[in-house]
Amino acid sequence: MTPNTPTKISIRDLNFYYGKFLALKNINLDIEENKVTAFIGPSGCGKSTLLRTLNRMYQLYPGQRAEGQILMDGSNVLDPKQDLNMLRAKVGMVFQKPTPFPMSIFDNIAFGVKLYESLGRREMEERVEWALRKAALWEEVKDKLQQSGNSLSGGQQQRLCIARGIAVKPEVVLLDEPCSALDPISTAHIEELINELKSEYTIVIVTHNMQQAARVSDYTAYMYLGDLIEFGDTDNIFTTPTQKATEDYITGKFG
Amino acid sequence: MSSLYARRRMTNTLNLAASYLTMAFGLFWLSWILITLLKYGLGGINLAMFTQMTPPPGSAGGLLNAIAGSLMMALAGTLIGTPVGILAGIYLAEYGNRGWLAPITRFINDILLSAPSIVIGLFVYEVVVANSRHFSGWAGSLALALIVIPVVVRTTENMLRLVPDTMREAAAALGAPQTKVIMQVTLRASKAGVITGILLAVARISGETAPLLFTALNNQFWSLDMNQPLANLPVVIFQFAMSPYDDWHNLAWAGALLITASVLGLNILARTLFHQKNSQF
Repeated sequence: MTPNTPTKISIRDLNFYYGKFLALKNINLDIEENKVTAFIGPSGCGKSTLLRTLNRMYQLYPGQRAEGQILMDGSNVLDPKQDLNMLRAKVGMVFQKPTPFPMSIFDNIAFGVKLYESLGRREMEERVEWALRKAALWEEVKDKLQQSGNSLSGGQQQRLCIARGIAVKPEVVLLDEPCSALDPISTAHIEELINELKSEYTIVIVTHNMQQAARVSDYTAYMYLGDLIEFGDTDNIFTTPTQKATEDYITGKFG
Repeated sequence: MSSLYARRRMTNTLNLAASYLTMAFGLFWLSWILITLLKYGLGGINLAMFTQMTPPPGSAGGLLNAIAGSLMMALAGTLIGTPVGILAGIYLAEYGNRGWLAPITRFINDILLSAPSIVIGLFVYEVVVANSRHFSGWAGSLALALIVIPVVVRTTENMLRLVPDTMREAAAALGAPQTKVIMQVTLRASKAGVITGILLAVARISGETAPLLFTALNNQFWSLDMNQPLANLPVVIFQFAMSPYDDWHNLAWAGALLITASVLGLNILARTLFHQKNSQF
């Protein structure tokens, strides 16, 4: 790993439980600032679970809990005293299926911003445009900002969700299989976008698609059955994995 | 053709025929009722019906006081019952995942939903009318509200449950507190369905007679005083239809047709609203 990029998130001795089932086993992992880190592995390996601990999404559901530490800029986000909404202001998330809210394109973006800032009409318009430009969607929607978010295509909806997440100016962006419901062209758009966004945000992406991990990420973590098998430079993981299990997975022997 | 396949085809034909027959059976009675209603009711529909009061026996008149009373009580009942129903529905769908209160509430609500309306009328009679020692429009409204509540609770909960959890997660992931998630995202996503539920509840109470018989009773004269007995269409129809007078019979038929037409209109409105759900937001 390059020594001069600071660590944004340090995961220490993390265990995660769905009720009594241990879904993540003693995970230790450092996520670098302004880099793209990918979690790969077969279904059920815990990669989405790991992602959802980073913004404590799991807390919506009773019976799910995490033990250990997740240090973000040195403070533990798993600390019960950590304010959830402030954490989520810092850590944005985009889901597998596009989830536009039942409101206009403009309001979809403004919804999150309004939670943290009271902007005037002009400032809000500027912020919405800024976010949509960042998500490479502005040119396509600038004439129909008052239309429903549902009127967009799947790929556009997903970029709308990315814009919505960026609009609140987070530091970390979590992407949970953001392209699995999209066609190849929309996927290419999103991947291009990830490349542009990483200069300003720390990005963590969960993906089923190994080629995608190889294309977009700087670091890759390979997980299997709740264990972190191998973590390192994406190039190294894909060319010279140290673990036999990683090699078997990325060469397609199973998974 | 194998015998197994032939048998399957025959079962299919038989079942399909049975379905058509039962449908025809239901439609037969429904159309008979509607045709009878139109036959006797249409003649009574005229301007006087909407401009004159319920007449004494043997003279002509209208249903104005009954229409006004019905509208007022349906409105008051809906206004009282809807907020309670929506709030309870939100509780069941959004907060009711943990604990024992929600399953019990849901169970009791289901009982209330299928309770005979005369029981609700008797309940309000005991609690309100017997204690205040007079029938009143408010007592009638309360009885109607008790019928509205379980309908609205049920539809609100069902509609909110149709909203995918990923939508809730997406809003929560932005750091929105749960109240904001509910008010601005999930409730909004199910708006059309919730409104449909309210309209269906209004349709349901517009024809209710039993709960009003013990609560609002009736009033021969023009009155908008909710503290006094209040005229209303169902009870007037009931009373007039039981009487031996032809004038009253005609008015009863006309009133019945009016209610049926309004309920039909409400149902059509509810359905159109629900179908527009996805075309808008």
